[in-house]
Amino acid sequence: MIKTENVSFRYPSQETEELFALHDINISIKKGEFVAVLGHNGSGKSTFAKLLNALLLPNFGVVYINGMETKDISNLWNIRQTAGMVFQNPDNQIVATVVEEDVAFGPENLGIPPLEIRKRVDESLIDVGMFEYRKHSPHLLSGGQKQRIAIAGILSMKPKCIILDEPTAMLDPSGRKEVIETIIKLNKEENITIVLITHYMDEAVNADKVYVMGDGKIALEGTPKQVFSKVKEIKELGLDVPQITELAQMLIDEGVDLPSDILTVQEMVVELCQLK
Amino acid sequence: MPIKIENLTHIYMKDTVFEQIALDDVSISINDGEFIGLIGHTGSGKSTLIQHLNVLLKPTSGRILLDDIDINTKGVPLKSVRQKVGLVFQYPEHQLFEETVYKDIAFGPKNLGLDDKQIEKRVKTSLELVGLDYEDFKDASPFDLSGGQKRRIAIAGVIAMKPKVLILDEPTAGLDPKGRDEILSYIKTLQNREKITVILVSHSMEDIAKLVDKIIVMSKGKIIYTDTPDNVFKEIEMLEDVGLGVPQVSYLMRELRKKGFQIEDSISVEDAKNMILKVLRGRKNA
Repeated sequence: MIKTENVSFRYPSQETEELFALHDINISIKKGEFVAVLGHNGSGKSTFAKLLNALLLPNFGVVYINGMETKDISNLWNIRQTAGMVFQNPDNQIVATVVEEDVAFGPENLGIPPLEIRKRVDESLIDVGMFEYRKHSPHLLSGGQKQRIAIAGILSMKPKCIILDEPTAMLDPSGRKEVIETIIKLNKEENITIVLITHYMDEAVNADKVYVMGDGKIALEGTPKQVFSKVKEIKELGLDVPQITELAQMLIDEGVDLPSDILTVQEMVVELCQLK
Repeated sequence: MPIKIENLTHIYMKDTVFEQIALDDVSISINDGEFIGLIGHTGSGKSTLIQHLNVLLKPTSGRILLDDIDINTKGVPLKSVRQKVGLVFQYPEHQLFEETVYKDIAFGPKNLGLDDKQIEKRVKTSLELVGLDYEDFKDASPFDLSGGQKRRIAIAGVIAMKPKVLILDEPTAGLDPKGRDEILSYIKTLQNREKITVILVSHSMEDIAKLVDKIIVMSKGKIIYTDTPDNVFKEIEMLEDVGLGVPQVSYLMRELRKKGFQIEDSISVEDAKNMILKVLRGRKNA
């Protein structure tokens, strides 16, 4: 679905050769995978996301989306339709004054017949659980609701892949939960490939695979369990592990017999009950 | 600089069809030097409340007393209120505008009419308080800095006004864990050193648990709970009802208790570790 070969990227203002925002990135994401990308501010996460739907083009190397090379300008619209993007701030992504019109904006621009648009808009809104709000005005919705509208807007273009760049950074806990549950559902039920860029470690726990970026390179990769058990490395990269994993590590350091890859409250409860 | 809010109500677009009650009869006192955490779901009235504290909004009814003076009475100069109560908005780095870091931070003090020497001193201290080196940063353009650095410059700009009350609306949104911990620790140091009152609005229950003396929980324009973090985070159901949560360890402790562990509530990983160890070791020794 997504493949990068030796991709490097440098912003034009960075004069010296060494200052690459991304350096020699090789990633391969399969169809239907849920991938989380973590990294501190300035580690290259957002640059990476923008390379995936040709908002930026690599200086070196190649990015393939569903077999299409992003450098080839004739692929541009196909790529953007295949790999939709959701950004951090919901207010910057909503264009219309009625929810359903906003969701229809994408397919309208694809030149899709009105009846089909109607169908897609309804389906997308049902998928994100916002159908009953279809006649509402987006600016009166909560952050989590707005972000789900933005996701519905992407869905109506029938993408194979959705890239989300910190979609929950501005949301309260219940809004975060709504958005993450929607993402998981789309991944599991609609088999849409998900690339979730985030600072929240507990959101990455749900992924099939986690990439941790540091200084423009892939510093760690693996399943959430493999990655988060490396508490020390993660902290050196300026990140955190979930509170529960940290607690597990502290207990292990005290000589308690626990696996080092505990990620959730439930796993911890099960393990501790066995010890008791 | 005690803050006293009495029966504050704020209605947006009153007497129109869009009328919306944002604050509904809110009363609270905040003492000098307290570190307050203000939590509540989106739309609960947090931002409306803090905007009243430096007169960006005026009450529909009710009063706000700062040092026993009603800040909305005629004759109380706005400038003095806003100097005493510093407000750091969400994404404050969007407000940076000057050519150099020095000029940006100096903007506030300059408008207070201070002389160059005093201004320089304030810029220096403020930068130091947010952990940035004066010589390294003073001539840099704020726009060439990283996100975390920009945010610290923006906060330094407010600190340079020497407020007695510092209000921060989601100061760590969008920052990575390291940047987040840095900013929060500087705020904590600042509060200790300058003995100022700090009001922190945050969606991160973990951060709130670590830092504050007292939590104010808002829902639907009302204050529904005020207590210490330990006590507030015991109320898991109440918090979830209003769209909030508790730190992950608090959930763990509750689950363990259900399974028969003799364990107290905890909001810090360190405490949780010690209590679990005590249970586990107690069993072995018995």
